Amino acid sequence: MSGTIAEKILAKASRKKYVEPGDFIVADVDVVFAHDGTATLAFDVMKELNEEKVFDSKKVVLFIDHAAPSPSPAISAIHNRMRDFSKLHNVKLYDVGNGICHQLLPSEGYVKPGSLVIGADSHTVTHGAFNAFATGVGSTDAAIAMMTGKIWLKVPESIKLELNGNLSEGVTSKDLVLFLIGNFKADGFNYVAIEYSGSTIEKLSVDSRMTIANMGVEMGAKASLMPLNENTRVWLSKRVQGPITPVEPDKDATYYKTYSFDVKSIEPMVAAPPNVDNVKPVTELEGLEIDQVFIGSCTNGRLEDIELALRILKGRKVKSRCIVIPASKEVYYEALKKGYIEELLRSNCVVGPPTCGPCIGAHMGLLGPNEVGISTTNRNFPGRMGDRDAKIFLASPLTAAASAVEGKITDPRNYLKEVS
Amino acid sequence: MRGKVVKLGDHVNTDFVISGKYKFKTQDIKELSKHIFEDLDPTLSQKITVGTIIVAGKNFGYGSSREHAPRVIKEVGVSAIVAKSFARIFFRNAINIGLPVIVASESFIDSTDEGDKVSLDLEKGIIRNETKNMEENFKPYPSFISVVMREGGIVSYFRKYGAFPWDTR
Ligand code: SF4
Repeated sequence: MSGTIAEKILAKASRKKYVEPGDFIVADVDVVFAHDGTATLAFDVMKELNEEKVFDSKKVVLFIDHAAPSPSPAISAIHNRMRDFSKLHNVKLYDVGNGICHQLLPSEGYVKPGSLVIGADSHTVTHGAFNAFATGVGSTDAAIAMMTGKIWLKVPESIKLELNGNLSEGVTSKDLVLFLIGNFKADGFNYVAIEYSGSTIEKLSVDSRMTIANMGVEMGAKASLMPLNENTRVWLSKRVQGPITPVEPDKDATYYKTYSFDVKSIEPMVAAPPNVDNVKPVTELEGLEIDQVFIGSCTNGRLEDIELALRILKGRKVKSRCIVIPASKEVYYEALKKGYIEELLRSNCVVGPPTCGPCIGAHMGLLGPNEVGISTTNRNFPGRMGDRDAKIFLASPLTAAASAVEGKITDPRNYLKEVS
Repeated sequence: MRGKVVKLGDHVNTDFVISGKYKFKTQDIKELSKHIFEDLDPTLSQKITVGTIIVAGKNFGYGSSREHAPRVIKEVGVSAIVAKSFARIFFRNAINIGLPVIVASESFIDSTDEGDKVSLDLEKGIIRNETKNMEENFKPYPSFISVVMREGGIVSYFRKYGAFPWDTR
């Protein structure tokens, strides 16, 4: 019996020879995590179940990242409950200042090819970039997984997305995934596992692969899976223990559908409010005045993203407020060593501590009534990043940086032509 | 189960159910439920009473994994959600907490109006709009989900049996 990447990982996790789409399985998780937006509800569920012990203290991880450092006494109390839980159960907690869960989980070595990763956060699909089956769940599922190491799952259909060719100058992995979301829409891959393949994915950096996998959930996907590539293997080899064994699809695996794209013709894209699938080429929105730019989040807060932004920001001053937040302490530190933080400050950007920041509208740069923001994050629902009447445009770090310099939505290619 | 319909459109996302801004004010479901659907339509919460059945369009519950969303909907008395489709995390969260989530046909949903009386038979998989005299079948849940549902959610199931449904199978 042959399988897709998703089916092969799920078969192994449920100790079966093979699984088929539609099967209900109970699988062993390799790691389960929650953050300050979801952990305490999971603790409450564990309490309701009269069980507070975790199944394996090495496989449960907590992150304080959504509102960190705490902006209010109520949130401080949530954080303290997480600290107490971590001490009591000897579970690793990444406290204030370490960074975003989806950045830390792989960079701290918790994710390997073939892993089953369960997170109490919808962007858990990010870890599919590492050839793992990773999916987001609610607090009840997370609590049960923490207690028992098990999760019920319905095996999803797999669809194959073949991406071939090189991205054009000024076009990034973010533009590519926005293009896909615009094409397939917010529910286009509801309940399916996306399996990426093709030369584009094969060549991409780890940072770019994470950006694409991250936004799989914006098309409704249960998981975004990528085959291991050389960049990812090298990256992981410095971080994980034990052998790295890639999971490849069988030659005769069955896909519900296969789509192919040549990525060469994709332009810089922007998701306009009020939905993430309202995607347009930047050229259609150019000139729209903005109040704030945010470069950061689990979608685009990595070193590569800061480098991209600096291709335009370096030596220029921003016209709108521009907040830059590295996704983790490691990213921050690398950016510091390379002189990027200084360059950002010279451009008059505000650089924040590693955290989710304004992405979730909890702290550090909320948009006011009728303000317009352009952001490298992943959701633009009304109210997501502040006031309900604020408008949020989602774009790549290049487009965000060019827009910051002009104070209006700007095609980054205008700037890149000058330098090259 | 039988209830009066509150009708919603497509893509009701979790930030519409409870605005993300309240997530960090409190985690208390009772407190959060005061703000239900505030960003979608501030008057909506007044229409919901105990037993209300929400009938909605495509991709209901799209967005975050926050279980607060289905919990708040259950808290205000909604007895079931019928939609053209659901976002997957919301769907499983709802099942886990014992809030019935049913997929019905586009035509059934399009012809159902606010205020209609709708009844549901989860075991047989029948949905009926009594006001419009329409009926259709849906695929009942697989057995292990329907036991969870019958017990009011996975937590109640565990409390009653001291095991998860898969342990006793
Ligand atoms: S950065 Fe934004 S999308 Fe990512 S985990 Fe944090 S709040 Fe969620």
